[in-house]
Amino acid sequence: MNSWILFVTVLLACAVEAVEALTIVLAAGTGRHWGSAVQGTLAALAALAATVAALGPAIGLIPLGALRLVVGTLLLVFGLQWLRKAVLRASGHKALHDEAGAYAKELAAARGAAAGGRGMVQDWYAFTLSFKGVFLEGLEVAFIVVTFGTNQHNLPVAVLGAVAAVAIITAVGFAVRAPLARMPENTMKFVVGTMLTAFGLFWSVEGAGAHWPGSDTALLALVPAVAALALGYVALLRRVPAPAPATPVAAASVEGRVA
Amino acid sequence: MSRIRAFAAFWYDFVIGDDWRVALGVVLALAATAGLVHGGVNAWWLLPVVVAALLGLSLLRVVRAARQS
Repeated sequence: MNSWILFVTVLLACAVEAVEALTIVLAAGTGRHWGSAVQGTLAALAALAATVAALGPAIGLIPLGALRLVVGTLLLVFGLQWLRKAVLRASGHKALHDEAGAYAKELAAARGAAAGGRGMVQDWYAFTLSFKGVFLEGLEVAFIVVTFGTNQHNLPVAVLGAVAAVAIITAVGFAVRAPLARMPENTMKFVVGTMLTAFGLFWSVEGAGAHWPGSDTALLALVPAVAALALGYVALLRRVPAPAPATPVAAASVEGRVA
Repeated sequence: MSRIRAFAAFWYDFVIGDDWRVALGVVLALAATAGLVHGGVNAWWLLPVVVAALLGLSLLRVVRAARQS
């Protein structure tokens, strides 16, 4: 696979996770206490680094065929989840993922929680909220980096993609100090779901012992084929009237965000 | 006990998600692919066909459920 395709795939996938983590940290910092939110973020990053350092190298010991089968299956199932939600949102059958709404919800919950600190942490709630958000989303980033990097024998490029995504999202987030509502997350999820599904298909079939016609170049056909399939389902579902409460945004306005 | 349950629920949601039938269908299709390969058939085409059907059926279930509620 071209290094640029690997870089862009990892960057997009990790950017989605970074947006979600940043929304939680911003809510904890704005609603409660910035110092504790930052402490929670740093603690989560340290815990994440320790987890990846402990478990990451073990992946290299597994035979490539078995690794491709397991990782490909996981990516495929994971990608289909994203693609399914993206298709439902794009066709108006599910509300668009609203980062502004998620931010407001987290903020209200943070403000309503009881105050209190432990040791060096002034506000335990802000600390744990940030820790949880960064650790869980970071785990997904680590999963994407390790699987893509190991399978393509190019871990440095995968790491670079993830670092670039986190750096860009963090810089943008702290510059505007608001949830990244303007970022078309649903479009990104559609693209990422397509990429994960295509790569999952490729690796899991290879892991099962079959061989794609054209070997690695089959990916060049698989990615657009998966995208075309998903867009086809969007077009089909738009013909079906969506239930009123699930469609706060008219299908017409969604068109520009997914196309 | 509740922590173990929460841990299991997190991983179930992380890997399987909203529709377990999709995950099961993928695993069964891969097993069938491996079986066909073992029998001498290069069945690279099986999983893409099954995945297209699984995604369509999963979407159909959501739409039908929404209509009935």
